Amino acid sequence: MYAIPSVTLLGLGLGLLLAMAARWLRVEGDPLVEELVALMPNSQCGQCGYAGCGIAAEAIARGEAPVTLCPPGGRSLAEALASRLGLSVDLSAVEECPEQLALVDESNCIGCTRCIKVCPTDAIIGGPRQIHVVLRDACTGCGKCVAICPTECLQVHLVTPTLNTWQWPLPASQPAVV
Amino acid sequence: MAMPERLYLPLRQHVGVPAEPVVQVGARVHKGQLLARSGGPISAPIHASTSGVIADITEFTAPHPSGLAGPTIILDPDGEDRWGPRNPPADPFSLEPDEIATRVGAAGVVGMGGAAFPSAVKLDSWRRRPIRTLIINGAECEPYLTCDDRLMRERASGVVDGARLMMRALGACQVMLAVEANKPEALASLAEAARDYAYIEVRRLPVRYPNGSAQHLVTLLTGSEVPAGGRSADVGAVVYNVATAHAVYRALVHDEPLLSRVVTVDGGAVTHPGNLEVPLGALVEDLLRAAGGVSGQDRLIIGGPMMGVMLPHARVPVVKGTSGILALSVAETARRPTAPCIRCGRCVQACPCGLVPLEMAARVRTGDLEGAAGYGLEDCINCGACAYICPSFVPLTQYFQHGQGGLKARRAAVRKIEATRLLAERRSARLAREAQRKAEEAAQRKAARQKQQAAKAAKEGAP
Repeated sequence: MYAIPSVTLLGLGLGLLLAMAARWLRVEGDPLVEELVALMPNSQCGQCGYAGCGIAAEAIARGEAPVTLCPPGGRSLAEALASRLGLSVDLSAVEECPEQLALVDESNCIGCTRCIKVCPTDAIIGGPRQIHVVLRDACTGCGKCVAICPTECLQVHLVTPTLNTWQWPLPASQPAVV
Repeated sequence: MAMPERLYLPLRQHVGVPAEPVVQVGARVHKGQLLARSGGPISAPIHASTSGVIADITEFTAPHPSGLAGPTIILDPDGEDRWGPRNPPADPFSLEPDEIATRVGAAGVVGMGGAAFPSAVKLDSWRRRPIRTLIINGAECEPYLTCDDRLMRERASGVVDGARLMMRALGACQVMLAVEANKPEALASLAEAARDYAYIEVRRLPVRYPNGSAQHLVTLLTGSEVPAGGRSADVGAVVYNVATAHAVYRALVHDEPLLSRVVTVDGGAVTHPGNLEVPLGALVEDLLRAAGGVSGQDRLIIGGPMMGVMLPHARVPVVKGTSGILALSVAETARRPTAPCIRCGRCVQACPCGLVPLEMAARVRTGDLEGAAGYGLEDCINCGACAYICPSFVPLTQYFQHGQGGLKARRAAVRKIEATRLLAERRSARLAREAQRKAEEAAQRKAARQKQQAAKAAKEGAP
């Protein structure tokens, strides 16, 4: 006789408690990870080996991945991540990643638009059966388009220095102490 | 000098965007004809240095430390040196300021002291803040170079007229002609040419490198210091080289674009050193031949010995900013091995900008560019005084050039990451929007189908 209402009440009460706990005691995402994500390029290019910038940031926050993992971010990102995490990293060992860009071989492009759909930064323009073009300023050289191109006409090339981008090299013979 | 057999006119002889060719290969051009128009707001047009035929538009070695090639118009002179139509204004000194700036821009005049900044852009600096003083820079503080000295001695009235025109364009109220005290003839001829103009003052500068640097000249003459990262216009002064003033005079009074310049050919290896008036686009080897050839050359430099650029070979053209060609002999170059820094501090004493070269170099060497920037790396003018004085022969200037280039590249990379991050975020927002729209449409279709089925069932159920 008392069993039905008491079990019903118990169920309702516990459900209410759970609902309240879910609302007021919600576990927020790690704020450190969010801060790291804000520093990263967020183009989800996957060059670091992780599926996206968020997952990579979690790995960095857990100390599983080095701060130097992001090729498009280069040295400046490594410095920013290291200073946020209070790490001292020997950045002189980090090679500044040479800039690379995807280029369409126009004699081979069939205009399938597959690369346009995978490009994380919308850097490829073109239409069905039209030759596609990569916009230099928007391309991060992540290579996602290379993997999907059916005719291998998209390739990632190193950017050769021009008169505009050429830089003085460091002096060759370096003294022991400066 | 005699007209060379071929002229090589790089499309980029100035700071900013390269010029865009407006002639076809094979076209006949007359002297002064526009070959390439200005490519943007900070750019300068290129004109034919003499009459002839356009032989090619191709890549050719640029006068640049990298020795890389850049797009270049190649002109075969026909030997006639035939001018096209010219229509100089009746009274150039009554032109409106805008008209003066436009004509200077159309004549392709750029800073001829070496920086090669388009002059017309600087003539517009009064729009941002009032300009009080126009400084004409005849300091010519680098050793060896004497091209400005000769120009001031022989064409002082042209320099003064150019300065008057620029003063009108800028709305300035005084002109200072600044010359180092080691050029008494130039000082005398400028004083003579400027005698009738009370607002023009000829100033004798102490002989000290690098007084010819625009920032140092402004401080020396006006007493105000140009802020870090700023321009001299920020303290109400604008600086032009004397050769630029002369080019402005030719452009306005004779309607001649910038087609030639005076170049010093000097150095221990040159047989007959001197100053030559050279058509733009002549090769360095043509100049050296005109100066009697070279013997025992160790190093070829374009510009001055302190701030000039080493050339890989002599098949490089003279451009608007080329002030000198130096073929130095072994006795002058003194290559010595670099020794460790002994922290003697002589570079600190030598630095005209008040920086600490040894600390900056140590940071650049370990890749700590931000640390070097904290020591004022970006305020370094690469004058080379520290490297010259260094008893350990540390190539300090090269460290700073490497560091400044690295900082610039890093800033550009950060800007690109910001831009691509925005693109990626917009893309994911767009994909989310599309997915939501598709889901809504699917739900609508489902609802419509159910309604239809219900209606159908009701219809079938009714009879």
